[in-house]
Amino acid sequence: MGAQLRVYKRRIQAVTATKKITKAMEMIAASRIVKAQRKVAASMPYATELTRAVTAVATGSNTNHPLTTEVEAPARAAVLLLTSDRGLAGGYSSNAIKAAERLRERLAAEGKEVDTYIVGRKGVAYYGFRERKVTESWTGFTDSPEYSDAKKIAAPLIESIQKDTAEGGVDELHIVFTEFVSMMTQNAVDGRMLPLSLDAVTSAADAEGTEKSGTKDEILPLFDFEPSAEDVLDALLPRYVESRIYNALLQAAASEHAARRRAMKSATDNAGDLIKSLSRLANAARQAEITQEISEIVGGAGALADASAGSDK
Amino acid sequence: MAAELHVELVAADRSVWSGEATLVVARTTSGDIGVMPGHQPLLGVLESGPVTIRTSDGGTVVAAVHGGFISFADNKLSLLAEIAELADEIDVQRAERALERAKSDTDAAAERRADVRLRAVAAH
Repeated sequence: MGAQLRVYKRRIQAVTATKKITKAMEMIAASRIVKAQRKVAASMPYATELTRAVTAVATGSNTNHPLTTEVEAPARAAVLLLTSDRGLAGGYSSNAIKAAERLRERLAAEGKEVDTYIVGRKGVAYYGFRERKVTESWTGFTDSPEYSDAKKIAAPLIESIQKDTAEGGVDELHIVFTEFVSMMTQNAVDGRMLPLSLDAVTSAADAEGTEKSGTKDEILPLFDFEPSAEDVLDALLPRYVESRIYNALLQAAASEHAARRRAMKSATDNAGDLIKSLSRLANAARQAEITQEISEIVGGAGALADASAGSDK
Repeated sequence: MAAELHVELVAADRSVWSGEATLVVARTTSGDIGVMPGHQPLLGVLESGPVTIRTSDGGTVVAAVHGGFISFADNKLSLLAEIAELADEIDVQRAERALERAKSDTDAAAERRADVRLRAVAAH
């Protein structure tokens, strides 16, 4: 076998092995999207009910809770960025990081300091490489987040928003995550979790598909609070933040799997194309080799025939 | 037909039970509260404890609820809890083991959780 042909054969083998791996990853990701989507759907009733309860307290009482009132001149904001632990998911993590960068710039332009909280090894690596300060980070569960993970993340965030800005607390809480729209579309989005703006709450309730259409026009009944509106709000808001973070984590996980499936699908397709063109080249090389061998044989035979014809004379 | 109210019992990661009921008894931070159809709109903070739902077909559903909220409006009652389990789902032996373990480890939170589970089963 000629050297050229051997090189092609070896490359075809290598690409075939890679294709098998990417194909397997594609199928694993595809099966996990379904599971992740089911988890998103399962968490929806809780999120919807909780949002409705928060709306009820916020509109039904005139308590001035620190978590619902806007600070006059917000000086510091916390940004929670959700990225993935593993790569090979196309632009998934970098899109989320870019969205966070845009948000940081916007907040900085408004004269706010930004505290960064990160979920996922990719985001941590990005900030670590640029030697930027990360207030806190969590890794190891972006594939399939549990509610306890959301609680773990929410705890320091709630603590810092309840502190005074002078003591290192924050006035606002933003979250950047990848929203799962469909199998083909995932968008990196940012949103403000706290302080609550009522429009955001009602539109979130709309988006989460409350069965009653036109929630905005619905007049909420006057509620009886047990034990009191303040206590209910105190207990409700941390749960609300946890549930929002949990929902974002689940959506981000579904998006991560979808992004990975797409990236691996294009890698598999690409490997297929590569194998095809490499086998064409290998065929041409083999044919050229055969042609060369034939012409060598014919040439050699001709030379021999000429030589013997000459000696006969 | 007796008046009914619609009940949704949801945990953070799933919907645990939903259906029609005639009476729901739950424990809020300021005491036990019973909700019947036509109750005034209510929003309360729940204690860890068993929740009893009397269904419209005469049966009783008991669930162990670990913290959360009760909200009632428009004849619709929602029980929100981070963790909620129906009494039927609770593994009694496991809960008893957990209770003993929590007692020996003096883990107050785990002990209370196991205790709530056992009380829910007992009330069932």
